[in-house]
Amino acid sequence: MIRDITIGQYYPVSSPIHRMDARVKIIITFLYIISLFIVDNIMGYVVVTAILGAVIYVSKVPAKFMLRGLKSILIIILFTAVINLFLTQGGEVLWQWKFLKITTAGIYMAARMCIRLVLLIVGSSLLTLTTTPIQLTDGIEYLLRPFKKIGVPAHEIAMMMTIALRFIPTLLDETDKIMKAQQARGADFDTGNLLQRAKSLIPILVPLFISAFRRADELAMAMEARCYHGDENRTRMNVMKMHSGDYKAVVLTAVYFCLTIGLRFLGNTVHFWI
Amino acid sequence: MSIQINHLTHIYNADTTFEKTALDDVSLEIQKGEFIGLIGHTGSGKSTLIQHLNGTLSPTSGEILLDGENIHKDKTKIKEVRRRIGLAFQYPEYQLFEMTVYKDVAFGPTNMGLSSEEIRESVISALQTVGLSEEVYEKSPFELSGGQKRRVAIAGVLAMNPEVLILDEPTAGLDPRGRDGILQAIKDLHDQRGITVILVSHSMEDVAKLVDRIIVMHKGKVAMQGTPGEIFSHVEELEQMGLAAPQISYVFAELKKQGFAVPTNIYTVEEAREALLKLLKQVKA
Repeated sequence: MIRDITIGQYYPVSSPIHRMDARVKIIITFLYIISLFIVDNIMGYVVVTAILGAVIYVSKVPAKFMLRGLKSILIIILFTAVINLFLTQGGEVLWQWKFLKITTAGIYMAARMCIRLVLLIVGSSLLTLTTTPIQLTDGIEYLLRPFKKIGVPAHEIAMMMTIALRFIPTLLDETDKIMKAQQARGADFDTGNLLQRAKSLIPILVPLFISAFRRADELAMAMEARCYHGDENRTRMNVMKMHSGDYKAVVLTAVYFCLTIGLRFLGNTVHFWI
Repeated sequence: MSIQINHLTHIYNADTTFEKTALDDVSLEIQKGEFIGLIGHTGSGKSTLIQHLNGTLSPTSGEILLDGENIHKDKTKIKEVRRRIGLAFQYPEYQLFEMTVYKDVAFGPTNMGLSSEEIRESVISALQTVGLSEEVYEKSPFELSGGQKRRVAIAGVLAMNPEVLILDEPTAGLDPRGRDGILQAIKDLHDQRGITVILVSHSMEDVAKLVDRIIVMHKGKVAMQGTPGEIFSHVEELEQMGLAAPQISYVFAELKKQGFAVPTNIYTVEEAREALLKLLKQVKA
């Protein structure tokens, strides 16, 4: 069950997307997220979904794998849908019960928010699925460099992220192991009321925290033993370089971005709704 | 109580690129009161196998029968299966969480819903079995030494009074004294209380000294099984699997090569001592 969480995971295959420069991928993902908020009509969502589908196909990450990642945030999506469904004002009232009412505008808003969330999550998880954590944080460090002048500790932020990402699978494994060990001593995590279930987490959380602190301590010691002292005069083993594929991606993204803006204006004049 | 494993297969992360067959059509039978050594190279499927025995992992295919009954048949009985088959994982001290040693060991029996009198009895008996004195009962488990923590964790499994005790590398990372103490406690449990023991170990010396039967795992399959004498006579096959015979047997093989009249089926230091004394007497005479 714990293994179903795919956010932040890397999917190791070789594809044009995998080979791209991490900096370019980060910027493209950024633009993609912005484009999701530019698009505001059905035609636009169809186009964005089709393009995202094509990119996923090129990335060679199985669609099944992506959808499994969505499962873990299904509750958030449903929650957003329900909130929007009942709290949006305006439009024709279809159903009413005391203060709760469903309007056409509500349905509309709920559907739009769901599509946006799904596209947002699938699109951004594509970044982590096709980029190793090391490349990703190197990219972030590079992109944060201009902000160093105003005191942003770019290298330290990147290092913290690398370490955090690196320890996600380790801690998941650890949790799994501790859960099994406590189950072997008759612990029960699946039954009982809310309070009992919360209490049953103590035998997992205490050992997990202890081991996390122990690991942090050991890691700090190992880094110091190898004379790690941060940013200054550090060179890289793999220097980031842009290749022809990256330039092509930049051009395609620019075209895509113009397309989304165009679709928005087109949608406002030629109503695609309904 | 007997355990029967029929055509057990387990595949991790099925249908993804991370797919890995950890167990491949394993069939085994373990009788009541046996002392079994489970050996195999890292990644041979030992840990996966033992996690199936108490139902913490479910088989991809195949079945595990406990006294003839499939352990997954009745979901409500899985807790009872876990009580009867005590499983101590590798580095079990990392699962300690309570304020005192006593409370931590009482976690298992409390989950079993025993009365406070019964809990007290089994906790104290378990702590005595692993050789912990009364002065540590009220200490925090985190104040203890590594070897003591390990004992507390094993006592936590023993306190449920299991009929089968499975230990995954119980002596890994301990000093010689800690190791001997724990192995002695396990041997006593088997000899005195008649508990079935399955010992997963990388130490051929420990296995040769303690167990009745050895099961050798290799690439998810049972490669060999038999008495220590039978298994360790196949040195070459063991070495091909990344394993070895106990070190002392290599000494005797070399002695034989040098022309001394020694037997080659020597697998423990005690046997070696006997054989060498006999040899010395012969030389003197």
